[in-house]
Amino acid sequence: MSEIKKQNDDAIMEKIRKDLLHHLPTRPLAFKLWVGFLLTIIGVALWGYVIQFNEGLAVTGMRDYVSWGLYIASFVFFVAVALVGMLLSAVVGLLKQKWITPLSRIAEMIALAFVMMAGIIIVVDMGRPERLLNVFIYGRFQSPIVWDITVVQVYILISFLLLFLPMLPDLGIIRNHMKNDLPKWQWKLYNILSLGWVGTPGQYKIMHSTIRVLLILIVPVALGIHTVTSWLSAMTLRAGWDSTIFGPYYVTGAFVAGTGAVAVATYFIRRAYHLEEYITDYHFDKLGQLMVLVSLVYLYFNLNEFWVPAYKMKTADAHHIHTLFSLDGEYGVMFYLTQLFGLILPIIFGLFKRFRKPFPMMIIGVSLVVGAWFKRVIIIIPTLIHAYLPIQNVPESFHEYNPTGLEITVTLGVIAVAVLIVTILAKLFPVVPLWEIAEEKGVDIERNL
Amino acid sequence: MSQNVTPEATSRRNFLKRFGVTVGAAGAVTSLGLLSACATDDDEMVTLLTTDGKTVQVPKSQMKVNLKEMEERGREGIPGKKFVMVIDLSKCRNARKCMRACQGAHHLKPEQHHINVLRMENDERAGFYYQPKPCQHCDNPPCTKVCPVDATFKRQDGIVLIDNERCIGCRFCIAACPYSARVFNWSEPKYVEGDENRVYDIELNVPQKKGTVTKCLFSADRLRIGKLPYCVSACENGVYWFGDANEDAVTNGTSKETIRLSTLLEENAAYTLMPELGTKPSVYYLPPKNRLFKYKYDEENDDWMKQHESKEGLES
Repeated sequence: MSEIKKQNDDAIMEKIRKDLLHHLPTRPLAFKLWVGFLLTIIGVALWGYVIQFNEGLAVTGMRDYVSWGLYIASFVFFVAVALVGMLLSAVVGLLKQKWITPLSRIAEMIALAFVMMAGIIIVVDMGRPERLLNVFIYGRFQSPIVWDITVVQVYILISFLLLFLPMLPDLGIIRNHMKNDLPKWQWKLYNILSLGWVGTPGQYKIMHSTIRVLLILIVPVALGIHTVTSWLSAMTLRAGWDSTIFGPYYVTGAFVAGTGAVAVATYFIRRAYHLEEYITDYHFDKLGQLMVLVSLVYLYFNLNEFWVPAYKMKTADAHHIHTLFSLDGEYGVMFYLTQLFGLILPIIFGLFKRFRKPFPMMIIGVSLVVGAWFKRVIIIIPTLIHAYLPIQNVPESFHEYNPTGLEITVTLGVIAVAVLIVTILAKLFPVVPLWEIAEEKGVDIERNL
Repeated sequence: MSQNVTPEATSRRNFLKRFGVTVGAAGAVTSLGLLSACATDDDEMVTLLTTDGKTVQVPKSQMKVNLKEMEERGREGIPGKKFVMVIDLSKCRNARKCMRACQGAHHLKPEQHHINVLRMENDERAGFYYQPKPCQHCDNPPCTKVCPVDATFKRQDGIVLIDNERCIGCRFCIAACPYSARVFNWSEPKYVEGDENRVYDIELNVPQKKGTVTKCLFSADRLRIGKLPYCVSACENGVYWFGDANEDAVTNGTSKETIRLSTLLEENAAYTLMPELGTKPSVYYLPPKNRLFKYKYDEENDDWMKQHESKEGLES
């Protein structure tokens, strides 16, 4: 390699390092306040959970008819958001779309954090959490719960690897250049995690082929995790859940929720770490286009899911449809607001280029994510309110579902843990992959950068 | 029903007779248990009440009821049996004796129904009728399919049971049951005196446990000793027939009359609930035709929960 090229490369690398690693040693006040805020929510939620653990699930609004509530709805939500890791890195990435480069790591961080919380909130929902091990001791493969636990674990593993392996060159760079800028423990952390990365062509070859295998593997696993999650409902005989399209309905809904989450996270991380030069309007524009595409597919599945039973009005389905479609039905208002803010409006705004800019995309993302959460509530709860047989000889509270403050707090707490994990990951590690940016800029990366 | 006593049940009875004790601490009425055979010399002696009212001294080690053995026996069921229930809707007048007997036997709170008498209205013009609804003990049970830990299961005699020592409280079975036959212990269950030290009886599901599911068991504990279920025996109006489909015989809980199951079902155009779901229930219903009683519905006085607010201890 010519000396000029090498000097040129070094200059580019220095700029990239300066731009993308400057946030690692700093702990600004805003960061501390944000973490403190999240920890406060988590602390209150923990206290709530201790009460729930001691008193039993009676402290929630769930009762014998609506026996699944916010926890299970949030579980579905977490799995849904987590699927974005697969959508961006694998599906879009394997299609050789270059624009995902600075976004894919954020997507993987969200995926890992949210899928872990999906596992946690299932335990929160259990009546006997201390018997969790029974699932491994007595597990029956006929039960969709066992399928779900299996795929969730595999997805956690693959998501972790897809976050960690492409980070190795970056960790090597940090180890080489930031020994004096970082606290001792932090440098040691990168030193250990970099696994002796020196960037030989052989190392890159192993890394690339491993990532490729993982990217292909994660597609069926991610489809599996959310299809199985939908089967938790669809495998029952209940009107409203008894649907053959629940698998793709969930998966497409997940893409919508995940794209929204990436838009929100990217917006704030970009602002906090001044990444405007690396994550540009172009990326938000592309993300917006992807959002419109997946939302349109989801709209199509919504049409099938609601219009087909609404046309036929079988007795049990009719009760369900009335609950959702009628404005005086228990979930009518929530249904229309959710469809409007979680689907229709984002599609309409997303069609215009001027709304596919960072700030409008963040607003659309918030609308999508909040809408996605309420949509999960609408999928899980109204079905349970309408049992086949009349609900009689039980207290009034059994006829409906009103989540308690404690239940809402614990749910928010688990969401806060997911956000905290993303926050810490984005603080501790480079958000935008340095080596991929360097490669795009023509730097010869096959050396100890 | 006496012909329903199995050889196993008979030998168990003899076994108990030989020792001359009812199981359980003196005074306390408890369910069945197995006595372990070996006693050591330095064993503490316990006073027990025998069946004929005398007190005897028994080594404490022999008192041990073996949980594992009870669970194994409970999971196996009674060989050669296929228990069925026939509910004659023309005779039900919402007396709710079945509900009270059931909640008393299984230590349930007023809102926890293993059997629930529902006021049904198929069509506005057809009026209403009362329909007792126990667990349907389906031959294709949607609930046992989805259980992740095999805590709820179907035995060879057709009964669907629940093991609350294993249940993790995920409530998937509640979501899966189209008959809403399952209830959950959302808080500490109702304890009856003696429950604290009682060994769990899987065939009675007592003591109940917080955070686990509970449901109708067809009174498997009573069937083991050759008796009719609690609800069936408690009914005063002859609503319930109970028996063994393999023997093709059912006994009426009120009149104790035993007749052919197939004849009863054929002659009365029996049906099962929601056959279109393919669950194949073991509970048959006879249509509410030629009703024995004039139905009346008194919204105020028929309110089950209000009845329980006003007076306690209905499970007498």
